[in-house]
Parts: sequence; structure tokens; C-alpha cells
Amino acid sequence: MADKTLTINGQVVQAQEGQTLLQAAREAGFPIPTLCHLEGLSDPGSCRVCMVEQTGSSRLLPACTTRVSDHLVIETNSKRVREERRKVVELLFAERNHVCAVCVACGHCELQDLAIEVGMDHVRFDYDHPDCKIDLSHHLYGIDHNRCVLCTRCVRACDEVEGAHTWDVAGWGKETRVVTDHGQPWGNSETCTSCGKCVQACPTAAIFIKGMTVAESRKHPAEIGFLVKSREHLHCQD
Amino acid sequence: MAQRILIDPVTRIEGHAKITVHLDDNGAVSDARFHVVEFRGFEKFCEGRPFWEMPAMTGRVCGICPVSHLLASAKTGDAIMAVAIPPAAEQLRRMMNLGQIIQSHALSFFHLSGPDLFLGFDSEPSQRNVFGLMAQDPDLARKGIRLRQFGQEVIEILGGRKIHPSWAVPGGVREGLSNSGRERIRAWLPEAKATTLEGLSRFKGLLDRHKLELDSFGNFPSLFMSLVGDDGGWEHYGGHLKFVDSNGQTLAERIEPKDYRTYIGESVEHDSYLKSPYYKPLGFEAGLYRVGPLARLNVCSHMPTPAANQELAEYRERFQRTAHTAFLYHYARLIEILCGIETIEQIIDDPVLDSHLIRAEAGVNSLEGVGVSEAPRGTLFHHYKVDEQGLLTWVNLIIATGQNNLAMNRTMLQIARQFIKDPRNIPEGALNRLEAGIRAYDPCLSCSTHALGQMPLIIQCVAANGEILHEIQR
Ligand code: SF4
Ligand code: FES
Repeated sequence: MADKTLTINGQVVQAQEGQTLLQAAREAGFPIPTLCHLEGLSDPGSCRVCMVEQTGSSRLLPACTTRVSDHLVIETNSKRVREERRKVVELLFAERNHVCAVCVACGHCELQDLAIEVGMDHVRFDYDHPDCKIDLSHHLYGIDHNRCVLCTRCVRACDEVEGAHTWDVAGWGKETRVVTDHGQPWGNSETCTSCGKCVQACPTAAIFIKGMTVAESRKHPAEIGFLVKSREHLHCQD
Repeated sequence: MAQRILIDPVTRIEGHAKITVHLDDNGAVSDARFHVVEFRGFEKFCEGRPFWEMPAMTGRVCGICPVSHLLASAKTGDAIMAVAIPPAAEQLRRMMNLGQIIQSHALSFFHLSGPDLFLGFDSEPSQRNVFGLMAQDPDLARKGIRLRQFGQEVIEILGGRKIHPSWAVPGGVREGLSNSGRERIRAWLPEAKATTLEGLSRFKGLLDRHKLELDSFGNFPSLFMSLVGDDGGWEHYGGHLKFVDSNGQTLAERIEPKDYRTYIGESVEHDSYLKSPYYKPLGFEAGLYRVGPLARLNVCSHMPTPAANQELAEYRERFQRTAHTAFLYHYARLIEILCGIETIEQIIDDPVLDSHLIRAEAGVNSLEGVGVSEAPRGTLFHHYKVDEQGLLTWVNLIIATGQNNLAMNRTMLQIARQFIKDPRNIPEGALNRLEAGIRAYDPCLSCSTHALGQMPLIIQCVAANGEILHEIQR
């Protein structure tokens, strides 16, 4: 595969064709925060947390879905990028009801980590306070839409890795929700295998193990990538 | 023209309280009230949440006595799951509750009330705080602070955090006690005990000096309620509820926590945000009951540990079988600290603590649960209803300060009558006594106020038509 040469934060970087800016930047030692991206899953590029600045262009680019090309000049941590990221994270908080202090994922939550990383000391937007439901009908797991950021990691893990496609997205705008089996209570789902991949993939405690109390939920999202890698490895041996 | 004196303390914490003294046309005290502005709305706020989040939620959102709420809530969760928790978990929860009682009582006695007790109610206001106490009696002040630290240490070792340990959960506890933690607690016990005994003997020496306060700080007959053990002894975590009257006669006993509503009515008053519970069979007026250290000592037959039981015998010799004056809350606190320390001495050697079985798991097996425990300030009730999935549909909490509300009003009236003779010339010491009368009950909201100096006070003399006749501010 041909190499591509681009500039990231003033440093000339070699990357393989087909790689994303996110991969190239991370390999070169420039971290970029992400949310909807999860190793092992396809990238919808929907959360906009990973935006980077392209010199000479007014548009910001999502690093997780933009492929490397020659002559690209990228800034991953400019003032503008930092400001945009913070805005995105603030909007995520304003959109639903995230109450870290009493959340089962407190201290182990990707959204909370992001807020800290982008320096969100307060939210400048009005909170929406939507009336969100909790579905505890599944015998092991629950979903609390108050904490969902619509990253769709659960949907993709369920479809692409487990092959069950129990989860999907329904509704428009503020009414958008992830749903199980076309909006059936999760406990009634005939497709769910109870494998728990959505639980691990979910960056917050929107999907959680029932019975957990505050700060008790610890996720292992890297397991998804690990599963996918080991499968690829098996295929290579066939 | 009827007048009203308003003491509006702007405290440094969320709790915001004020005291009004009502005067009749002749300027004599006709009524006094203590108003509390907090705690409402919380019950509504929790609806819709899974019940197993409640221990930490109540502990967090109400930062008043987090450990007490944590335990009452976890017990309510046990009832909803309909499980008996593992014996090790029960012992550990008990130890944490005792840690909470010790630290809260030590704060109340040495830090908040110590300046009044040891320096005097009429002592120079600028000195009448914990720093003044430190200057006069550095050894006692330091020991008091260490005693509180001991209680906090017990909580921290068990829960991993001093203030908001989300450690007790429906079904048991999240983590056992480490060997190193166990040794740390064991090593500190002798010092804690010595300080408590010293505090007790110092306090007994003061009783004569505070004769007037003893007689006028809420010295009236009332009912008393607390948990007691199966054998009638002092209890803080399990057992049953018991009511006695002002002579110590049993009104009702062996009350299962789940039946509390048969015995306790709750009225909401127009001028306070606190619900005022009363003993239902006797009605609102006659059903005034008190909870907390004074009540627990009046209700129980004995203390379950030797040294505390001996202290109880001496206390009863001095003040009869049923003590009435709220001033003795202080004394009762010290005896309870001693009992707590002795009980921890026993638990720490209990081999059951080595068990790895500390958390029962179960789903919803009952759609309703009640959990009761003794908080430092008195009996705490949590009562939840859930749907079949475990989402809360209804929550009722009865807190200690609420149950003492009627008694605190009565106490204010008594102190105002005793110490306010001329409403146009109210001595500072009288204001301080009003505050101290409230502080004897150690209500959750007014703590901290004496820690850094005196409570900012505004006293207004308000005529019936709303006109402010005069105002004192300090
Ligand atoms: S439930 Fe979790 S994984 Fe699924 S969309 Fe919401 S936040 Fe993402
Ligand atoms: S991580 Fe790139 S858009 Fe979400």
C-alpha cells in the first residue's frame, strides 16, 4: 500500500493509504479524543468530538472518518478545535439528564472523562431536561435513556460483532432513541442473546448491569476490539 | 399590639433556619417557632429511578448525615429484595453506623456545643467558638477533634470515603474490611475510649454550673421513640420500634418498621418545610414525641455494653428513669459514644468479618419496603414503593430533625420565656441560648455554624401589621 505524507501539528508524518487521520495522528503520538468511535466497529462519524482543523479550510474534519491524503496539513489541538470540542461535549450534557454525582458510572465514564479532558467546568447552554424513560425489563441489563448520548456503539456492536441487530435507532430530533426490536421492551426481545456486548460498548451507563449502585459500573469497551481482532486472526489461519 | 421577634440565621451551609419569637400585646412571649427550609422535593425527585441507586442518591443529595441515609436506604432495598443479608454484611453495616454516631456526636459535643458548655453561655461571644475553646483548653479540644476523626476513620476504612461512601447496597455491602483497616481501627479504640470517659467526667462536673439551662432547655414531658433490641436494650440498626410516655410507661412496643404508619402520623405545617410527625393514637397535640440520644436512653431498658450500661445507671440515678430536659441530649450523646466504641471493640474481634459472603443478590420480590435505622439525631425512616422492574413509584422519608420539630418549638418557647424579659432589650446570652436550645437537638441544618465563629443573627421585632419596630444584628 502506498504511503501518504501529511503534516500533523507541524510534524511531517507518513501514513498508509486508507488509514484515517485518527489512526495516523495516534500513531504519531498525537491523541485525539473520540466518543462514537470504538476500535473494532465501523465509524459513523456522528459525535463530532474528534474534529480536527485543516489548514486552509474553514471546515473542521472528523478524524475518525477522514482518510489520509498527501499534502494534508492538520492541527489536532488548535484553539478553535479545543473550543469546538468543548461545545460538542457541553451540548451532549445539555441534551439529556446526566447527573454524574449519583450515576452508577461515576468515575468510570467516557463522557465524564471527556468533560474533564476538554475542560468543561460548566455548561453554557440551557439544559433540555427531557423526560426520558428507563427500561429494566431485561433480566440482566437496563437502559436509562437519560444517560444515552446516541453514539450508536451499542447498535453497531450488536449488529456487527454479535450479529443479532437487536438495537437500532428510532425517532427524529429530540425524540431520537436507541430501541430494541423495533421499540419492544428489551425483556421481550426475541433477537437479544443477552451477550452483554452493548453493555461493554456503551461509553456511559446508559446501558448498565442491573443492581449496580453509584460508581460501581466499570466497562470494558476494548473487549469489542479484542474480539474482532481475534476473529480476524482465526480467519487468517483458515 | 402583638409583636414578633425574628432571628434569621444565615448559615454557611444549605440548611437555613430561623427562629421567631411572638410577643403578645403586652410584650410578653406568647409563642416561639423554629422554621426549617430544606429537604422538600427530594422524595418526588427520586421517583422513576431504580431502587438500588437510592442508598447513594439519598446519601449524596442530602449531605446531612449521608451514612444514616445510606444504611436506611440499603435496608429498604433489602426489604424490596426480600432477602436476609449475610451476617458479615450486617456486622459491617453496624460498625459503619456506630462510626457515624461517634463522629457526629463528637462534633456536636466538642465542636458545636463545647464552647457554650465549657466557656459558658454568657461568655464573650467573640471567644465562644471552637478556637476560644482551644485557647482555654487545648488538650480537651484536640482530643475531641481526634475522637471525631476516629469515627470518620471507621467510615472511611469501610466505605473508602469519608463523606459519601456508596458502600452499603441493597443486599449487603460492596466490600469487606481489610486486615490493615481492621488493625487501624483496633489500635485507635483505647484512645477513643479514654477521651470519651474524660468527656463524660468533665461534663458531669459542669452540670451544677448549668442548672438554669438544665431546667429550661426543653424541660417538659413528652413521648419518646426509638429502636430497641429484642431484649429491650439500646439498639441503633435492627430490632423494633418502641414508644414510651413521659413516665417511661410503654405505649407501644415490638412495632415492626413496616407498620410505622399505624403509629406515626405526619402533619405539614404552613410555616415550615419540615413535616411534623406525631404519635397517631394520641393525636397531633398529645402525640408529641422526641427521638435521638435522649429518647434512645429513655426508651431502652439497658445499654448492651458494660461501661456504657454503668454510665446509664448513674445517669438515671441523677435524672430519674425518664429524663425530660433537652439539655441532657449532650450527656446522652457521650454515653452513646461510649457504647459505640465498646460495640466496635466486640465487632472487630468477630470472626464472621472474615467471610467473603457480604452481598445477597436478588431482584424485586416485594413491591414495597421500609428501612429504619437510628441516625445520630434520631430514628430515620425510608419507605419506597416500586414497580415490578424496580423503578421507584413513591418515596417517603421521615428524618430525625422532623420528628423533633414540635419539641424544638416547645423548647424555643420555654427558653424565650425564661431569658427574654424585655423584648426591647434582649441580652446576647438569651439569643445564644435560643440557638443553643436548638443545638441541643443537633438538628442537621445548624451544625457548622459555631465551628468558625458565631451564627450571623438578625432579630427583628415585627408588629402584627408587619412594621419592623426594631432590629438587632450581630
Ligand atoms: S445506549 Fe450507550 S452505546 Fe447505545 S447509543 Fe446510547 S450511549 Fe451509545
Ligand atoms: S469519534 Fe469521530 S465523530 Fe465520533
